[in-house]
Amino acid sequence: MHRSSEVKHVASYLNTRGCECFGQPCESHCPVLTDRTIHVQLKTFIKIRVKPDRTGVVTDGVKHSMNPFCEIAVEEAIKLKEKKLVKEVVAVSCGPQQVQETIRTALAMGADRGIHVEVSGKDYETLGPLQVSKIFAALAKKEQADLIILGKQAIDDDCNQTGQITAALLDWPQGTFASEMTLEADKLKVVREVDGGLETIKINLPAVVTADLRLNTPRYATLPNIMKAKKKKIANVKPADLGVDVCSRLEVLKVDEPPQRQAGVKVETVDDLVGKLKEAGRV
Amino acid sequence: MAALFKARRALGMAVGHGVRCLSQLAELPELHQMMRQTCRDYAQKELAPIAAQLDKDHKFPAKQVKELGAMGVMAVEVPESLGGAGMDYLAYCLAVEELSRGCASTGVIVSVNNSLYLGPILKFGTEEQKKQWITPFTTGERVGCFALSEPGNGSDAGAASTLAQQEGDEWVLSGTKAWITNCWDASATVVFATTDKSLKHKGISAFLVPMPHPGLSLGKKEDKLGIRASSTANIILEDCRIPLGNMLGERGMGFKIAMQTLDSGRLGIAAQALGIAQAALDCSADYAHKRTAFGAPIGKLQAIQFKLADMALAIESARLLTWRAAMLRDAKKPFTKEAAMAKLAASEAATFVSHQAIQVLGGMGYVTDMPAERHYRDARITEIYEGTSEIQRLVIANNILKEYQQ
Repeated sequence: MHRSSEVKHVASYLNTRGCECFGQPCESHCPVLTDRTIHVQLKTFIKIRVKPDRTGVVTDGVKHSMNPFCEIAVEEAIKLKEKKLVKEVVAVSCGPQQVQETIRTALAMGADRGIHVEVSGKDYETLGPLQVSKIFAALAKKEQADLIILGKQAIDDDCNQTGQITAALLDWPQGTFASEMTLEADKLKVVREVDGGLETIKINLPAVVTADLRLNTPRYATLPNIMKAKKKKIANVKPADLGVDVCSRLEVLKVDEPPQRQAGVKVETVDDLVGKLKEAGRV
Repeated sequence: MAALFKARRALGMAVGHGVRCLSQLAELPELHQMMRQTCRDYAQKELAPIAAQLDKDHKFPAKQVKELGAMGVMAVEVPESLGGAGMDYLAYCLAVEELSRGCASTGVIVSVNNSLYLGPILKFGTEEQKKQWITPFTTGERVGCFALSEPGNGSDAGAASTLAQQEGDEWVLSGTKAWITNCWDASATVVFATTDKSLKHKGISAFLVPMPHPGLSLGKKEDKLGIRASSTANIILEDCRIPLGNMLGERGMGFKIAMQTLDSGRLGIAAQALGIAQAALDCSADYAHKRTAFGAPIGKLQAIQFKLADMALAIESARLLTWRAAMLRDAKKPFTKEAAMAKLAASEAATFVSHQAIQVLGGMGYVTDMPAERHYRDARITEIYEGTSEIQRLVIANNILKEYQQ
């Protein structure tokens, strides 16, 4: 497919699953999150509870908000538009009616229009990266997107798969864990945060990029933009319209709270310590 | 967050006043909810973490004011054509409440700029004056202030002794203004001076003066009990000369301008008081869950529960009064009585709630490690400025008596 040098279309995919950080300090559950995100978690004042039937966590009445990494993805897309490197930013989210609020937040930040892929009820409970990736891939083809930016992972399930699967389904290159991205003609330079440090890659467009924490600092919506967001369109689409089957290939056997922290044991000498470790089968 | 969700579902009073029906009190319009959430997020992330330090250092939050300007919050009601956000007064009250919940000083800085400085110019200014005195003050780069009170009169605003004499094509102002919020950080002020003392309050006029300006100097920064990040001082006018075109409104209109401005301004202060009260309640409820005594979290004790209930009730009642007054104003209906009620209720709620918050926290409420002591200090001024609680009562009583006029 002929690709013009100007990127026409950036789709920014949002995850709007709830913040379900099990009430524990964030460092233990989501080691990659830093102060800013932890601040968001603790301020929600909600204790996450496992449902009595142990199929998941209680989400009724829990305030849902845009996944922090997706906020960063939206911000990056809007920055590209402000630099006039892209023509249009489309914000997409999959889920029940409430996700429209999150799409509106993206519109208030500066996205041009939204697409709400309606998935509700049982389908929503079992919605996972594979189905979402199929939806995104189908939409990308339909919308003729040139660039997809998503958060690197959702902070509720921490899957870190959607970006990668979407790229594979589309057979597009991917730049994951991006802490910097630059459009150079029709190539994308992405600096990735990897275990060993920073890796810089150059990928062709169209491509998928997943946003990491240091990519940017998302803006606060301005009041005039919040007002403009009201007039922007959010289209409604069903997975079936895109030819996607949202049936899950995974069955959740059970969901448990993390084990209660046990008290430690104090030992007198190093020998005692080694002895105890051997007993516990750790050495 | 769950508690806040419930708090928003207030009882709707089925009285239709203009476009905004009071049943909307039950659920804010989506636009307002989004705007409120944005301000809440900003306050939680950017203001709350620095509020204690700003208070300690008596430091003006210049960076945050600029950011709020960029968001449109420094000029909520100003039309977009002049650089503002073009939203209504209800939106403004929501913004001030949420910001004050993070930092009360920032709340009053926003409120004074919006209601007391931009407000009268928007209402009474000429097109030229609006361009010159409004647009540069919408971005957060500059803030304005409002100079009505004097060392000799606060509540007795009609007894202004600051003089304005015409000399050729200039007004010459002389006198001293007291208790001026923002003045050390402001770039302009609305000053009230008398052009004809014999006419008493009908002889007062309003003037626009840039800052700094020859003949205008500032007194020492007051060392206040609370809202310490906002500056308060005297403005001293000695042979301060301004062009004739700097008069705001007509000659002799000053008192009317001041009173009408304060009618709206007191809703901003009501909103600030609500924010302080809410922050104090947040602090107490959180502590009630965590602090254990007599073998259980203190939230299980009825003594604490009754306090929390009374605190929440006071806040919610005042909030509804504030929203109602704002909606009446937006519908261009008379709102003086309701605004006075709102400010009275909210400021008394703030002092009550912050007092009880310290009680709930016990010893921890008395030390700077917890924000309760700052809320207590910040709350106190809300019963005084922009119309003391006593004046509010007089305003309400006058309106009631008028309604029942024989």
